[in-house]
Amino acid sequence: MASQKISIAGVEFKNPVVTASGTFGSGMEYGEFVDLNKLGGVVTKGVANVPWPGNPTPRVTEVYGGMLNAIGLQNPGIDVFIERDLAFLRDYDTNVIVNVCGKSVQDYLDVVERLNDTDIDMMEINISCPNVKEGAIAFGQKAESVFDITKKIKDVAKKPVIMKLSPNVTDITEMAKAAEAAGADAISLINTLTGMKIDINRRAFALANKTGGMSGPAIKPIAVRMVYQCAHAVKIPIIGMGGISCAEDAIEFMMAGATAVAAGAMNFVNPYLTEEIVDGIEAFMIKNKIEDINEIIGCVD
Amino acid sequence: MKKKVAGFVIRSEEIAMDIYSLWIETELAKDAKPGQFVGVFTNDKSAILPRPISICEVSDDKTALRLVYRVVGKGTKEFSHLHAGRRLQLLGVLGNGFPVEEAQGKHAVLMGGGIGVPPIVELAKVLSGKGGEEAPIAKQVTAVIGYRDAGTFLLEELQQYAKVVIATDDGSLGTKGTVIDALNANDISPDLIYSCGPMPMLRGIKNWAEAKNIPAYISLEERMACGVGACLGCVCKTKNVDHHSHVNNARICTDGPVFDSREVEI
Repeated sequence: MASQKISIAGVEFKNPVVTASGTFGSGMEYGEFVDLNKLGGVVTKGVANVPWPGNPTPRVTEVYGGMLNAIGLQNPGIDVFIERDLAFLRDYDTNVIVNVCGKSVQDYLDVVERLNDTDIDMMEINISCPNVKEGAIAFGQKAESVFDITKKIKDVAKKPVIMKLSPNVTDITEMAKAAEAAGADAISLINTLTGMKIDINRRAFALANKTGGMSGPAIKPIAVRMVYQCAHAVKIPIIGMGGISCAEDAIEFMMAGATAVAAGAMNFVNPYLTEEIVDGIEAFMIKNKIEDINEIIGCVD
Repeated sequence: MKKKVAGFVIRSEEIAMDIYSLWIETELAKDAKPGQFVGVFTNDKSAILPRPISICEVSDDKTALRLVYRVVGKGTKEFSHLHAGRRLQLLGVLGNGFPVEEAQGKHAVLMGGGIGVPPIVELAKVLSGKGGEEAPIAKQVTAVIGYRDAGTFLLEELQQYAKVVIATDDGSLGTKGTVIDALNANDISPDLIYSCGPMPMLRGIKNWAEAKNIPAYISLEERMACGVGACLGCVCKTKNVDHHSHVNNARICTDGPVFDSREVEI
């Protein structure tokens, strides 16, 4: 029997497949397509201390081999989230990882404190969303800021902390090292790449926000490269993501050094994707006589 | 229950300039209701997202859907070249659809503009009991339809199920002006309105209907990615705090696309 079990910061995962924040809601919508019990974990849409209205529309547009989004972290706030989304997820046998966003350090800490009192498995701290004017990415583009916010969160958090890193930096390994030095339990990468699209017929930006975060298969080689670089820069586990559209892509990220993998924008294209990746990894393991998935993590060196 | 399934092209044809009709054999037809839509995938891997297209008709045996769309980009361009027998992937059925039961025993006025006309066809069919073959839902069904010019489409289909009144932008057919101009010119008194079309038209109908205290159900569109309510791409402002977002942002793909005009700010 091929074992897909992995562990991150003491949290056991039945398999390395999770969802990328913002592409899966809190699982309710895709629960119609996949059995959430079969996933290693569900990473929720970002949640803040209070409701955020998000950006004006249009918020999404397609680009070659991917898409741009500028949702702007619309979320109902932590109160509704705990009452509704966490209550929903509790009925499933899967790890629950809550993505946390904020405009100020105190915003993040407020959410972290509220989550401390819940039964979630981990927190993922979003310091890399390119689509909001205050907070988020402002904390993620300088090593000192990454260190500072990670440390403040770690001082308060009673659950393992994953710092989600932005690829929109000169050297992502500097951010990874800063997160590790400040005590982060894991890192996840990559968030979206800042992009732009112009509608030439309307002589206007395709998105109301002008810029948006690019995701989809077109960004995968960049993401694989960054996961590989970070895996060589830090010892803490990495959750790899960026354009994963099949089990083979997921395996590629693991061979680059990711302990777990997240499916993101391609859920929109194939709503059965997450479950298919779990099954595809198993098929690959059987075919290649791999007994333990941990064997392949970072095997390409 | 939403699914992503294969469909097979039965017939594809251009029915007006850049307007195409596509009959697809698909199991999604079994549960399709007027005002709902499907996501249609391209075979071009560089164009990843499903194209949301409204359901124009459901075959009588509920094994096929008719989609009528305008060619606007590379996805719809590809669809326009599909031949009978070709396979394509569909996500559906999506959205809430028009609340047909609200028309029970009433004079329903269906207002469609441009590429908003297609969903009006299936709605007229259902409200009229297939033009009288079955027990109708509405007492009377009138369709007030707007086109740019005399290059009309789906008129014959609509005439089987409703009394049809036309408005054109250039006055080449029917009333010159908007669908509201045509409504007034023909002294039509709706008990309720169902509508799909461009935003300025929907805004006009919302204002007209609210001033007269007539219920109006309007079908909205917006750029969307997932089509199932997860990505929060296709939101519209709502008057009251809605149950899902808690920030007055309803999801057009799942809370809509059809809304009571009084509930949305457009």
